[in-house]
Amino acid sequence: MRRSADWLSIWGLRVVTYGIVVVIGYIVFDIARRGMPALSWEFLTGRPRNGGAAGGIFPAIVGTFYLVIGTVAVAIPLGMASAVYLSEYAHQGRWTRTIRNAITTLAGVPSIVFGLFGLGLFVLTMRFGASILAGSLTLACMVLPTIIVASEEALRAVPRAFREGSLALGATQWQSIFKSVLPYALPGMLTGAILGVGRAAGETAPILLTAAAFYLPKLPRSVFDPVMALPYHLYVLATQHPASDQVRPLQYGSALVLLLLVLAANLGAIVLRSHMRKKYRW
Amino acid sequence: MLSKRWQDKAMRLILTACASTSILIVVLIFIFLGKEAAPFAAGPGLAALADDHWTPVSFVKERFGLWPLAAGSLAVTVMAILMAAPLGVLGAVYISEIARPWEREVLKPFIEILAGIPSVVLGFFGLVVVAPLVKQMFDLNTGLTALTGAILLALMAIPTIISVSEDAIHAVPAAYKQASMALGASPVQTMWRVTVPAALPGILAANLLGMGRVIGETMAVMMVTGNAAVVTFSPLESVRTMTATIAAEMGEVSLGGTHYQALFCIGLVLLIVTFGLNHVAQVILRRYEKRA
Repeated sequence: MRRSADWLSIWGLRVVTYGIVVVIGYIVFDIARRGMPALSWEFLTGRPRNGGAAGGIFPAIVGTFYLVIGTVAVAIPLGMASAVYLSEYAHQGRWTRTIRNAITTLAGVPSIVFGLFGLGLFVLTMRFGASILAGSLTLACMVLPTIIVASEEALRAVPRAFREGSLALGATQWQSIFKSVLPYALPGMLTGAILGVGRAAGETAPILLTAAAFYLPKLPRSVFDPVMALPYHLYVLATQHPASDQVRPLQYGSALVLLLLVLAANLGAIVLRSHMRKKYRW
Repeated sequence: MLSKRWQDKAMRLILTACASTSILIVVLIFIFLGKEAAPFAAGPGLAALADDHWTPVSFVKERFGLWPLAAGSLAVTVMAILMAAPLGVLGAVYISEIARPWEREVLKPFIEILAGIPSVVLGFFGLVVVAPLVKQMFDLNTGLTALTGAILLALMAIPTIISVSEDAIHAVPAAYKQASMALGASPVQTMWRVTVPAALPGILAANLLGMGRVIGETMAVMMVTGNAAVVTFSPLESVRTMTATIAAEMGEVSLGGTHYQALFCIGLVLLIVTFGLNHVAQVILRRYEKRA
């Protein structure tokens, strides 16, 4: 009697869990299957024609690339430096606690609120206009907590003895961190950075208000120009286009490119992480 | 020697400054949302937000009632959590207590993939696959309903719920389980009557975090809920959430106008609600950590 109840529990849970896996698998499969036929050299390197009804998505790919570069340039140094402070220097004090609270708060702020914030601060008050600069800064604020938390975890995984050995030889604290902690923590920190950046590449709501345009005749030439971006392009094609059923293949194509981009980043991070776990054991 | 020490001090100062930018960003978010929303209180007044109609563009009378939008957000969120909570928690129990180690190594990254799918892609999937399905199943005129939005939001909340719940279940001390088994309970009985109840605060926090994510989600709901700003609690009608309203209307407002200020008011409400939810979740998690 007890046996069969146990068996039922186990199989019930197994079915639920693998049910979730199947749904995830189906989403990826559906987009891959129907997006594949749309992918072509022309689609990836051409410009949109007829208001997005034909042609390619090259400017949107470039735009997303620029936004990601901008985000990386701001968020990674800032995030890694914050993590070094929290893991190596911070004492258990009120200031540290405030910083930690701020980070968890940031992690919970809805992406559209980041968009409003970016609009108010970067676009209007600092007069950057809807631009690569404003969009990148907004995205950087959004992914900062992801990068900090992952980097700190990587730093904490480096054994204490590494720091103590260096300090005992007369090195200053910064020298110890720079020479005998950071090199070992760097791969783990990069993993977090990649995850954060992957998230930035796929976000729509923040750039909707701060950077994106649906169609631009030219590629952006400075950081003060607006850009086309893949997620925004997909959104407009899917919901605002007058003949949205006819452009379905292009929608699937855009969705697949975006999904591949983000999944590649995630996969890279996962592989890097498991590789590091095997390489460094202490 | 002196220069080395100066270098050390300088680095310390720089790193402290970098870490403090997080505080600065949070403060600036509150300031800028408040600053842009404040003129609304001075103009139409906060009482205007309690109206039961949201018709920000009108020839007769512009009305900025938050109720239809709040009801839309609430309806979609509650439905999404009702779907995501059982699935997420059961998934977490399986991964933490029953799955073999190799199985766990495969399942966890797979769930992480779901967390990584951009919301606009999920919204697109909802639009072309889930919405027609809902339309057909309930014989409706359109598949763009609160239910469709809730299904997608449940998918977005599941990874958060699974990973935080799994941590909580995993953290239950082995002594609890050993004591239970020593008294003759089977592993499955131990799991249901000892391990999962002991992890309940963490599981609760996981669901609150998932809820925070759901309320703040914008693109997917905007694409599939139909965006009608009416007060309804029927899952098969079209609703409009607070997030979707901001995203859809901000492009068309005159900067600094009353409509613009009203959208910032919505943003402020969203910020405060998510801030509250996350704060409660963190307090629960911290207390739970201390006990474990």
